[in-house]
Amino acid sequence: MKTHRARRVVYVALVSLAALCLLPPAGSRMAAQGKGTIKIATQSPLSGGQAALGEGIKLGAQLALERFKGPLEKMGFAVELVPFDDQAKPDVGVANAKNLIADPNVLAVIGHLNSGVAIPASEVYKDASLAMISPANTNPTVTDRGYPNVFRVCGRDDVQGAVGAEFAKSLGVKTAYVIHDKTTYGQGVAEFFKAEAEKKGIKVLGFEGSEERSNFDPTITPLKARNPELIYFGGLYDQAGPFFGQAREKGVKSRFMGPDGLDSSDLAKIAGRAVVGMYYTSVAGPVSVYPQARQFAEEYRKKFGKNPEPFAAQAYDATAIALRGIAAAAKGGRHPDREAVAAAIRAVKYTGITGTIEFDGKGDPKKALYFVLQVTSDNPEKWGENREVKRLLIASPTPKM
Amino acid sequence: MDFPLLLGIFPQVLLDGLILGFMYALIALGYTMVYGVLEFINFAHSEIFVTGAFVGVEILLSLQHAGLLDRVSPVLVLLLILAAGMTVSGLLAVAVERIAYRPLRGAPRLIPLISAIGVSFFLQDLIRLVESIWRNAFNLVYPGLEPLTRRFELTATVDVSVKALVVIAASLLMLLALHLLVNKTRLGTAIRAVAEDQATASLMGINVDRMISITFLIGGAMGGAAGVLFGVQYSLINPYTGFTPGLKAFTAAVLGGIGNIPGAMTGGLVLGLLEAFAASYLSLLTGGAFGAEYKDIFAFSVLILILIFRPKGLLGEVVRGRA
Repeated sequence: MKTHRARRVVYVALVSLAALCLLPPAGSRMAAQGKGTIKIATQSPLSGGQAALGEGIKLGAQLALERFKGPLEKMGFAVELVPFDDQAKPDVGVANAKNLIADPNVLAVIGHLNSGVAIPASEVYKDASLAMISPANTNPTVTDRGYPNVFRVCGRDDVQGAVGAEFAKSLGVKTAYVIHDKTTYGQGVAEFFKAEAEKKGIKVLGFEGSEERSNFDPTITPLKARNPELIYFGGLYDQAGPFFGQAREKGVKSRFMGPDGLDSSDLAKIAGRAVVGMYYTSVAGPVSVYPQARQFAEEYRKKFGKNPEPFAAQAYDATAIALRGIAAAAKGGRHPDREAVAAAIRAVKYTGITGTIEFDGKGDPKKALYFVLQVTSDNPEKWGENREVKRLLIASPTPKM
Repeated sequence: MDFPLLLGIFPQVLLDGLILGFMYALIALGYTMVYGVLEFINFAHSEIFVTGAFVGVEILLSLQHAGLLDRVSPVLVLLLILAAGMTVSGLLAVAVERIAYRPLRGAPRLIPLISAIGVSFFLQDLIRLVESIWRNAFNLVYPGLEPLTRRFELTATVDVSVKALVVIAASLLMLLALHLLVNKTRLGTAIRAVAEDQATASLMGINVDRMISITFLIGGAMGGAAGVLFGVQYSLINPYTGFTPGLKAFTAAVLGGIGNIPGAMTGGLVLGLLEAFAASYLSLLTGGAFGAEYKDIFAFSVLILILIFRPKGLLGEVVRGRA
């Protein structure tokens, strides 16, 4: 009897808790008084191993929203940011996307971090004509599908991989070993690197994928025996970190190189001295290379108490572009529909903190910046001071039909 | 085919496999001991293991923060983190048994199993919650202890690090100690008696509940030690790190014959070696057609083969007189 009652109390508590969660937050009901609410969503990993970069995207978007929402508010709209956590997982990203399109007030999505998440999620956005502006997705497929609602403000992996291989060649490297993480992004960029490297006469001694996160012994042992001059890691920092650390620990002396997925201060935190001297290509230079971004970096530090991670500035620009597009579509003061917003974003020409962005027919920036950087310190605080070795402005390749 | 290369890396792969194998063996003990006594799979054991790793890294980071890490003898530090990891993991295992398994002891077999899976999820996210509030971090890195990271290059392709030797030595010592404890002491006899027949054991004046708690304490402590050694060896841990090694260790326990302590050790070593050799040699032998990512397929195919011919595992499930 007694346990029965106790159990009933627990049930009642659980059910009322669930009911509370389902109630819309007070804020959203209040805001509906003017001409309505306009929501911009972010989708990026806010938890898990890649949260450092994902959080940067959210905060960059938040800063931009606060700064540029004025015109829309003057028109009588309430403007809100709704952050989503895609956990860097395709299934979670898609589930979030379905949630997002159900809310008619969401007019644009800023995200994702991972191409492997952005591609399936954008299929959902496409059905609802919801604009997605990506600050970070570099896989060519993201835009090559030619969807009218998909945009990115950064470069592409087919160019980035080639830039890396070209730079390796210029270092005089003759042999390379390529490792990737088997994701759409990591394997994609690794394949582009490999293709260009072979074209340039660099011998690729091995090409291997691994989902391993902690024990890299079995990969390192055969790799070390072949003694490549350069190791290219197509993947993200939370996996590359332990790999590079263990490789150095086991006496591998090769140079290290990788794509923009390695661009996070957490890499220095995980791998420490092992990554000093590592080269990486990026589509998002450190904030210090953009003169206009200094004020952004200061504001970011003041507000959030930390340095902006890579892609935070890109998310800032992407959000500004989204707001500009929405404002253009809302001319006349009507709550704009999603198709109009996507079309208006296509026409935006915007000079932001990461340069001038103008979209081509597929949603790529007409020209994008590519950087080669070198890690200078094992102190994560100094990640932003990594040395810029090379900077290239390259037009987005036209798709092969 | 490049025979000198294949032969050249052989000793290194053997060493890698041994380290991995001992790690699996230590974790597998937790599964096998609990199975021996209660005949159920404690799926929360992988989180007990990872808790040990987190205790170790927290102590190391606090020492480093206090500036003591370089001043205290590394042997002492290593003993400290091992002892702390074992204590916390052991006690956690006891607590889990008390809270989540003991109330279900009379229930059908599947019920505590489900409870174990629930505890596993709960602990994963609890660790994640604590670490994100405490350090705002997901991935934690073991700071390198100076003499542990030193290496001896034996040939161009083979080198041995001090910590690899430490991991092997520590595992061997612990396995030996456990063997003596279970087979040569009164306590060990009592545990074995409970494993054999709970009702009779309790009639003989053995406190069954206490023996079960002690079993969890020992299994948990071994898991905690494995966690600390895992962190020392591979350095990066996160709240979900335990899942894969836990699953592999469970496999090792089945491979050796679940419920059988020497079996768990053998199973761990066999699985570790299989995995290391498959991962290192598959791509070399197949000209890159199958890479290291097929290591698990290979290792588990062998496992299936062994279980077809020896369904009770390599050393057999010790049905009577198990533990």
